[in-house]
Amino acid sequence: MNDAGKLVVSAHGEREIVMTRMFAAPRALVFQAYTTPELVRRWLLGPEGWTMPVCEIDLRVGGRYRYLWRHADGREMGMGGVYREVTAPERLVSTEVFDQPWYEGEGLGTLVFKEHEGKTMLTTTLLYQSRSTRDGVLKSPMESGVKASYDRLAAIVEAA
Amino acid sequence: MTPERLNATFAALADPTRRAILARLAEGDASVQELAQPFAMSQPAISKHLKVLEKAGLVSQGQDAQRRPRRLEAQPLAELDRWLENYRRHWEGNFQRLDALLDELKTLNTKPNSGK
Repeated sequence: MNDAGKLVVSAHGEREIVMTRMFAAPRALVFQAYTTPELVRRWLLGPEGWTMPVCEIDLRVGGRYRYLWRHADGREMGMGGVYREVTAPERLVSTEVFDQPWYEGEGLGTLVFKEHEGKTMLTTTLLYQSRSTRDGVLKSPMESGVKASYDRLAAIVEAA
Repeated sequence: MTPERLNATFAALADPTRRAILARLAEGDASVQELAQPFAMSQPAISKHLKVLEKAGLVSQGQDAQRRPRRLEAQPLAELDRWLENYRRHWEGNFQRLDALLDELKTLNTKPNSGK
């Protein structure tokens, strides 16, 4: 489909998760896809079966966003937060709080969009308020339940 | 994986020297002296890092009383790997849809009078 890169996820320290991913598009478009409700609800869906009936974005410092996902079986999951920094198309910082009790406290998401030769490297850093907030991700109903694999052991020792 | 164990694993891996020690042990068991060699560090400093790794269950001590070789314990790393893999899969699905959407937006943008 295109030459977009692979997703790298790593743990930095005890409270941070960092993801990097290359997209085969200029950063203005990637930024737009991240901040325009009718575009966000087309891709930010998680596993099969989830839709996003609510997606509200007030894109300015101090403005709020609100996401609600619904599964075909009726389960719902909601989250929202406040924009702390909005520098289109290069940087977006926002808080995130989930409705569900498995996610205590707040996370802070920092998105950095870097463009090179028409492609965009997106670095997402999620800083969790506490270790229990980070662990909340474990209990998310969206967790896909992948089996443990020893094959990637060497890779994680080098990359973690 | 219990939250306590995950925390200990995350904390142990937060340090670059400890990650390097684990990478070395992934190649085979090694004594403290052997582990200290590639680092500009004293054996006591390495022992301190090993204590953190042992507490997290990432490293164990072998039977040989003379050498006391350290061994990599795979289980906590495999559990952390699974945790990160879940996270990665979740996002990869999203990003594949985003790839398709970006392709569509690019096509729209190259058409004349598309408005943007």
